[in-house]
Amino acid sequence: MHKRLLNRRIGTEGTLLSILMLLCVVLALATDSFLTFQNLFDLLNNQSVNIIFAVGLVVVLIAGGIDISFAVAASVVQYVVLSLLINYLGGGNWLLGILLSMLVGMLLGLFNALLIHRFRIVSIIVTIGTFNLFFGLLMYFTSGVSIYDIPDWLYYSVPLLDLPAERGSATLYLPAAVMVVMVILTWFILARTGFGRAIYGFGSNPESARRSGVSVWKIHAFAYGWLGLCAGVAGLMQAHIVQEVVPNALIGQELPILAAVVLGGATLGGGRGSVLGAVLGVLLLAIVQNGLNLLGVTPYAFRMIVGLIILIAITTSNLGNLLPRTTKARNV
Amino acid sequence: MGDIAIRARHVSKIFGQSRVLDDVEFELRRGEVLCLAGENGCGKSTLIKIINGVYTPEEGVELSFGDETLSAISPIEARNRGIHVIWQDLALFPHLTVAENIVFDDYVAKPWRPISYKDALTQSREIIQQFGLDLDPMARVEDLSIAHRQLVAICRVLRAGASIIFMDEPTASLTYKEVQTLLGITRSLAAKGISIVLVSHRLVEVLEVCQRVTVLRNGKLVGTYPTEGMTQARLSTLMTGLELEFTPRAETHKGAPVLELKNLSREGEFENVSFTLHRGEILGLTGLLGAGRTEIAHTIFGMTQPTSGQLLKEGQPLTLNSNRDAVHHRIAYLSEDRLNLGLVQNQSINMNTAVTVLPRLEKPRFFLSPQRIKALTVHWIEQLKTKVSDAELAVSSLSGGNQQRIALAKWLATEPEVLILDCPTIGVDVGAKAGIFDIIRNLADQGMAIILISDEAGEIWMNADRALVLRDGRIYSEVIPAETTEEALEAIINA
Repeated sequence: MHKRLLNRRIGTEGTLLSILMLLCVVLALATDSFLTFQNLFDLLNNQSVNIIFAVGLVVVLIAGGIDISFAVAASVVQYVVLSLLINYLGGGNWLLGILLSMLVGMLLGLFNALLIHRFRIVSIIVTIGTFNLFFGLLMYFTSGVSIYDIPDWLYYSVPLLDLPAERGSATLYLPAAVMVVMVILTWFILARTGFGRAIYGFGSNPESARRSGVSVWKIHAFAYGWLGLCAGVAGLMQAHIVQEVVPNALIGQELPILAAVVLGGATLGGGRGSVLGAVLGVLLLAIVQNGLNLLGVTPYAFRMIVGLIILIAITTSNLGNLLPRTTKARNV
Repeated sequence: MGDIAIRARHVSKIFGQSRVLDDVEFELRRGEVLCLAGENGCGKSTLIKIINGVYTPEEGVELSFGDETLSAISPIEARNRGIHVIWQDLALFPHLTVAENIVFDDYVAKPWRPISYKDALTQSREIIQQFGLDLDPMARVEDLSIAHRQLVAICRVLRAGASIIFMDEPTASLTYKEVQTLLGITRSLAAKGISIVLVSHRLVEVLEVCQRVTVLRNGKLVGTYPTEGMTQARLSTLMTGLELEFTPRAETHKGAPVLELKNLSREGEFENVSFTLHRGEILGLTGLLGAGRTEIAHTIFGMTQPTSGQLLKEGQPLTLNSNRDAVHHRIAYLSEDRLNLGLVQNQSINMNTAVTVLPRLEKPRFFLSPQRIKALTVHWIEQLKTKVSDAELAVSSLSGGNQQRIALAKWLATEPEVLILDCPTIGVDVGAKAGIFDIIRNLADQGMAIILISDEAGEIWMNADRALVLRDGRIYSEVIPAETTEEALEAIINA
């Protein structure tokens, strides 16, 4: 009972944060390079794309849905936006690029929402469909050809913070800042607006929410639209970081990100999860990988270890449910 | 008192061909607790939905609210007049806190206004204190008992300014003590001028707390009666139109002992339970919710293993490692949760009946024979006088009473010698209940040994030859219904 109470007070996020800090201490002691600005900035730069995806996805999970089409949707956004900019808008600029990415991403998300809401199809089926549809269209129209000749504004990296380091300097780039903005925006909507709480309510009990006057379409449209918007932004940032657009660069990212978000406390049943949890989930997996790297563990072991972490995390958080029912009832 | 909160006259509603409500009159006074009684399908829910604006009634209706008379009402108008319904499912959000559940309507009304958890907390505390309730606004609803969730639902409608509250089966899954608390709260709400309509199956409670009772039968108003001087027997006659018997089972037909429990214990659940069950006997097992009734049944049915003590069948020690062993030894157990555990709701009536005896229905081996399944179902449908139009339909298409007959058929198909019935009349109408008990008595007359678990003293009193009253996992008292009154038995259970 005390343990359960404690768990509740700290929550998944608290547990994750403690593990994360413990891991950082261990890695800082075990390696010379972990606790350097260079390494930490690299981590943030590299994970910004995943975190943007993750905060979008957590909204859908809280609303009780699931989406596996967002990573390929991001690839579609990259192609559509860059083709438009290069061919019709004379190359464009950052503002236009971001706005256009948000718009196209959101439209793809709304397409999912429309199918899920209008035809009452389960979200996983719809997004398996659109996952294939988006990727199929992309491959068909591009014939698998990458775009290497991207506009200058997107090509050159935008340093925001430059600190002197042992070798050269440690630099924080634009994607990290964009990530912070997306994180704060999503957090604010989910935790500090009535609409955000209504999303939790809807995920927790859709029928009650409907009877309380919550518009089911608005919830669906927002959740999938927001994930689409985030995916659009993440896609643009990924293209910016790798300085090219490759059609199959993002496919396959959906499951690790989903795993990270679930690690962060979201469930497939809806009503649970938080932006902080999603961010910590991505960071935990990233730091584990980073640490293994620094410790010289073979990269072939990464996936296996990540898989184990997820299974251990999920099993331990469900341990409470394994206690005999009656003892639990008596304690309450 | 005396002030009218709502008076609805000439309320009718037609769905397709059937007249669900026929010229019903309904009157609720300010600050009174009224009971709306009637069997399933009598039109209670339809009447509530018309009054709170969900359904539009047929022409000619008059809805008056003291000063004003309307011919129709919209859901929003109903809310503005303070009419709220707490449905049986409570419509709460289990993952949110109590406070957030109470202020949830604000979230819907002003979705983009930044929220403050502090405000939500203070506002919920105010409501909770104003009505003297026992609730922690910081707790998550999923961690609360059903009784506490009910309080959350009440707080929510009070905060929305409710002056007329309809409560649909509020006592259905509460323990005796919780029911008393809830009824106490309804009384104190009424004292503050709020009118309450209780829809309930439990006649005893209704008579205890309500001032008047309005009875509907088949869409028609039977009448509104003061509860003073009203008896359960008369009320159920009004509801069903049948003269039901309210006497204990006449004579006992005790045969040889079949099942014997010797100091059976299971840690944390029950202790030193001993009794002998005979052929042809109906043994009542009663006590408050959580007294260990169902736990004992689970152990006899092999689903849990005792930590000490012995189970004997026809004098032979019995070790059951699973419920499959129990079925093999001709023990059957009808679960109290028919909806989720007793039947597979969206499967056909045929499959639900056949599921316990599938190997017997194979022909050739490993292949189920549709003919055998059909023959089995037809046999039991006839035996138990079940109303089924097509046995291929999902079992969820049947009424509560008929569903229970199918659940019973499924176990009778295993040809049990010991049949354990765990609250077999939950969610079954008064009229249909009598039918189920007729079946149970007949089975006993044919020599089956039956353990009847129920928390309704009346059911035990009328049907059991012998009743064991449990408390905190121990047998507290043994009662012979024929030698005592229902009230005395009730008093022992709740002592």
